[in-house]
Amino acid sequence: MLGAALEAGISFCLVVGGFFALVGSIGLVRLPDSLMRLHAPTKATTLGVGGVLAASLLYFLGSGRFVVHELLIVLFLFVTAPVSALMLARAAIRLRLSSRARLPKPEDYA
Amino acid sequence: MLGLALDFAFVALAGAFALAALRLVIGPSVPDRILALDTLYVDAVAITILLGIRHDSLAYFEAALLVALIGFVSTAAFAWYAARGELGR
Repeated sequence: MLGAALEAGISFCLVVGGFFALVGSIGLVRLPDSLMRLHAPTKATTLGVGGVLAASLLYFLGSGRFVVHELLIVLFLFVTAPVSALMLARAAIRLRLSSRARLPKPEDYA
Repeated sequence: MLGLALDFAFVALAGAFALAALRLVIGPSVPDRILALDTLYVDAVAITILLGIRHDSLAYFEAALLVALIGFVSTAAFAWYAARGELGR
């Protein structure tokens, strides 16, 4: 029912999505300190979920059902991931977690 | 080919889930644990979408949307609490 090219595109999106979600979690486990660990899941995992959702969009588009839910979920995740990363970074600075990076002092930081 | 790619994505996301759960258990500081929980929520959204493709069903999208929503709200609340030591204000 799906064309071969469309199926290849969906498969590509799925593989890319799964790979980047895995990379994000590997970074979450392997990076050395708290603020570096913030980096991996907020970017790589977001891209991974974006790939999976693009695959889902293509799949249901190819089988003749257009649904806007994927676009809503992608929009929501892409908007909220930086916000939660910002809040977690602020919490890490407030708690004075040690980091290799030079950080502003909590007093200078509103 | 689609089935194979779907299997790969399921396995990769299961691995991502396991590693994030590991960080949730060992993670030395509170923001690490909150971040691991947020990653678990995002991976859960992806797995729900994959189940929707596999079962060829539209019923999974509402669930994925709700998981994404609850995940963001709980992450924001936890991070707020970790930074300020109290909720509200």
